[in-house]
Order: sequence, then C-alpha cells, then structure tokens
Amino acid sequence: MAHEGISTAEVTVRVNGQSRSADIDTRTSLLDLLRDRFRLTGTKWGCNQGGCGACTVLVDDQRTLSCLMLAVQADGREVTTIEGLGDAAALHRLQEAFIAHDGFQCGYCTAGQICSGVALAGEAAAGVPSVVTQDLRAETVELSVEEIRERMSGNLCRCGAHNGIVAAVSEVYGS
Amino acid sequence: MREFTYTKAADAAEAVRLAAAGARYLGGGTNLVDLMREEIERPTALVDVSGLAQGITEHPDGSVEIGAATRNTAVAAHPRIRRDYPVLARAIVSGASGQIRNAATVGGNLLQRTRCPYFYDVAARCNKREPGSGCDARQGFHRTHAVLATSAHCIATHPSDMCVALVALDAQVHILGPAGARVVAVADLYRDPGETPHLETVLGPAELITAVRLPRAVDGAVSTYRKVRDRTSYAFALVSVAAVLRVVDATVADVRIALGGVASRPWRARVAERELLGAPAEPDTFKRAAEAEFRSARPLPDNAFKVSLAPRVVADVLKGLSG
Ligand SMILES: Cc1cc2nc3c(=O)[nH]c(=O)nc-3n(C[C@H](O)[C@H](O)[C@H](O)COP(=O)(O)OP(=O)(O)OC[C@H]3O[C@@H](n4cnc5c(N)ncnc54)[C@H](O)[C@@H]3O)c2cc1C
Ligand code: FES
Ligand code: FES
Repeated sequence: MAHEGISTAEVTVRVNGQSRSADIDTRTSLLDLLRDRFRLTGTKWGCNQGGCGACTVLVDDQRTLSCLMLAVQADGREVTTIEGLGDAAALHRLQEAFIAHDGFQCGYCTAGQICSGVALAGEAAAGVPSVVTQDLRAETVELSVEEIRERMSGNLCRCGAHNGIVAAVSEVYGS
Repeated sequence: MREFTYTKAADAAEAVRLAAAGARYLGGGTNLVDLMREEIERPTALVDVSGLAQGITEHPDGSVEIGAATRNTAVAAHPRIRRDYPVLARAIVSGASGQIRNAATVGGNLLQRTRCPYFYDVAARCNKREPGSGCDARQGFHRTHAVLATSAHCIATHPSDMCVALVALDAQVHILGPAGARVVAVADLYRDPGETPHLETVLGPAELITAVRLPRAVDGAVSTYRKVRDRTSYAFALVSVAAVLRVVDATVADVRIALGGVASRPWRARVAERELLGAPAEPDTFKRAAEAEFRSARPLPDNAFKVSLAPRVVADVLKGLSG
C-alpha cells in the first residue's frame, strides 16, 4: 500500500529458474523490473507500447510483451528471458541458427525474436492456429515458411533481417 | 503514468466491490497499461481480474460459455471453437500478434478503446477523450475511420476483430454489477457515438464482464472471417467481415454478417441479411445485398473507399462460403 505517497508492492518472480523479489512502484512494467531492478538487460526496450516485440519474454512459457505487463501481474509467475535460454558457452540451438543465417544486424530486436521463435514452436505443436492455417481442426500445425512469417509478425526488425530470421526459425522448427 | 494501487481480485464479487469503490478493472493490460502510460486513462486504483474465470464450458444445450479472463489464444486454440465456430478462431488470430493474444483477455478485448490517432494524441481535440473539445479526425487523417452511424462528434471505429465474430454469432455477454447479474447481446453492448462518444457501452458503473456465451452453432452452416488491412499482418482492419451462411437448394437459408472497421461498434449487417434470406445464393445477390447495407453510409473524403471496398469483401466472402 501507499508509503511516502507512492503506491508500492512487493513482487516475487521466478526468473530463469531463480526466485527474485523486489519492492516496486506499482507503475513498474515487467520490462523495467527485468532491466532496471534485476539487471537483465538482454530484454530490450523498443517502442514501450506493444508495437515492436523487442521486449518479448516468456511468462509461464507463453511469449508475452513485457512492456505491456505490469510487474505486479508477474508476481508468483515464471519468467524466462534470453539470458535463461542460452549463454555464450552454451548457445540455444535457435541462437546458433540466427548466427548461421545472419538473422540480425544491429541485434536490438534479436532477444525478442528468439524468445518469440522458441515459443511459437510450442504454440504450433499445441495446435494454436494462425491466420494462414488452412485446416483449423489439425491437432498440430506444421511450420511452413508462410506460417513462420505470420507467427513472427509481432517482432519487427528495423535492420530488415527478416529473411535470415525466418530461415533460422525454419531450420530449427520448420516442417 | 499516474500512481495507482493494485489489488488482485479473489473472485468476481470482490472485484465488483472494489470497482464500486472506484477501482478500474485490469485484464491482460495490453490496452489499459498503454493508455495509462499516455495518461489518457488515469485510474487511481486497479483491480486485476485477469486471474478470474478462464474456463471454456460446453453446455448440454450446445452453447459454449467462455470465462471473461480466458486469453484470446486459448479461445482460438480450443478444439470446440475451431470445429464449431471457425469464424471466431479466425477472427482472433487475425488480430494483434501472438504475444498480445497470449496476454489479452476476452473481457479486455470487448472493452478495448478505439485506435483513432487523435484519441491517442493528447495535443489533439477528441470528444471521446475530452467531451466537448471537438473532433480533429473529421478535418484530419481519417482513412481508417467509420462510415456507418457516425456523428458530427465522432467518427472513431471499434478496433476489435474478435468482437465482429461474436456479433455474427449472436453471442451474449454475462455481466455482474453492484445490483446483480444480467445478460446483454454483444450486438447491444456498444452505443453509437451521437453527442456522447465518450459513453461507449451500456455497462453501468462497476459492471464486470464475467463471461461470453456462444449459442449453439447453426446446423449445416459454414463460417469464416476476412480482414483487409494495409499490411499482411499485425495491423488493424480497414474493413473486416465475419459471416455465417447456410445454403439449402441454392437458396440462402440462414445468414449472419458482421463488419469491422466501418462503425463505432462491430456492425451487424441487418439490411444485407434481410435482402439475402430466401434469395438465390448467387454472386449478384450477394453484391446487391452488401451494397444495400452501405446506402446509409456517410463517408468523408479519405474513407469513402470503404463504401465500395466493404461490399466487395462481403460479396466475395459469401461467394467463398457458398461455393
Ligand atoms: C500493437 C497492438 C496491435 C493490436 N492489434 C489488434 C488487432 O489487429 N485486432 C484487435 O482486435 N486487437 C488488436 N489489439 C488490441 C488487443 O486486442 C487489446 O489490447 C486486447 O484485446 C485487450 O485485452 P486486455 O485483456 O489486455 O485488456 P486490458 O487492457 O486489461 O483492458 C481493456 C479495457 O477493458 C476493461 N476490462 C478488462 N476486463 C474487463 C472485465 N472482465 N469486465 C469489465 N471491464 C474489463 C479495462 O478496464 C479496460 O478499460 C492490438 C493491441 C496492440 C498493443
Ligand atoms: S518494447 Fe514492448 S513491444 Fe516494443
Ligand atoms: S537486427 Fe537491428 S533491429 Fe533487428
């Protein structure tokens, strides 16, 4: 509740397998909590309004925009950021594919792209349709290039590395 | 962003109690948090209802009830929705992005605010944001704006895709308020702008959406959703069409059509439906009926294209469904 005139709350989030707590102003977004309080700066601050996907993280394994989620809403939940997917010593196979296919140039959108790519594979396997899915009744969706393009459309890349990004996701998860 | 207190509601009754004391409902936050950051919305207390009812219940009478906190993705992915209500699954996945659909709730989607750029621009005049200030869209950029049931005071559209399908399906909204529970058709949830564009729905103070109910699917009908937009994905509709059609002996036996991107509400095309019912299921009939719906349109210079685009999309969708 309010103290010193500012509404605060205590949140505890499991981040990349580790439980972490912070006392925060209720206005803090999950993005700001991760970057400013937990110093996990792999997740990027792009538009801060849901338009670019740079801030994509996994919340309970679902890809989510951390800029539009209040940190208090993540209380008690499991958050995975790019730091939890792989590191320089042991890259995630999608990270390796991004390198192999030139899936980035400046790299600003890359953490969001990779979190999104990892999660979309799970969505397709669970039968979540997309706007280009022909057979809505299919139990799982095969990830054609067209499906990957559509499912990655919430992640913009100002450097225009989209072809490499789609190639990388396709190599790892494609049909 | 202004300061606010935050409470997670334990149940619907507690949520309504807190809202009656002045708190604002919070779903996935994908619209409200953005508007709070712009200080277009300035609640001083939030009650989080995103942890309330998330089930999809199949009732014995064939109807399906969707808890208001069900995430958009979960609705589109549900096997029963994909099988019996393809128009709804397709509408949902036409909207926003995978990330946003994972967070967005059904209740929040119904009550999302317009995307009119002048509503978002606090330096512009907007009767929705600031009643009585004027409407800068009329003289400004309005190619994305409404052409049906507009008023001199507002030409904003309701931006949802999901809601267009819900209107075509005759879905109902279940509501809980301080005075008890009630049910309203999704088609009757929204108001035309008239002189009070800031009053967008028929919901009273502190009324909470608890569920959406889909009536039993029409036997023998087919349905789909088509969205026309400036880019292939991740963009709001210029025009969208949700249609449910049953053809018997080459005659239209049942038809329900709703349109997005053309009005301040998901627009049920009743004029077109009346012309189509009992008529031959042919491209000419589809075209004439769809054009009839737009006889009452009052476009402005930059959105006049919708008056010819929308009927063509309707006719083509019906042709596809009947073929
Ligand atoms: C970049 C971007 C692109 C988008 N593109 C599209 C698109 O193409 N098509 C489309 O349809 N949508 C689109 N959206 C909008 C998106 O669908 C909505 O933001 C989302 O559906 C809102 O749901 P929410 O649960 O996050 O709502 P919130 O933001 O939490 O709430 C929205 C409103 O609903 C109220 N509310 C929430 N739950 C309840 C309840 N149970 N009872 C009463 N009131 C309630 C809140 O008080 C608030 O006023 C887009 C959004 C973004 C950010
Ligand atoms: S920073 Fe979150 S979508 Fe752009
Ligand atoms: S690599 Fe630069 S924005 Fe994508």
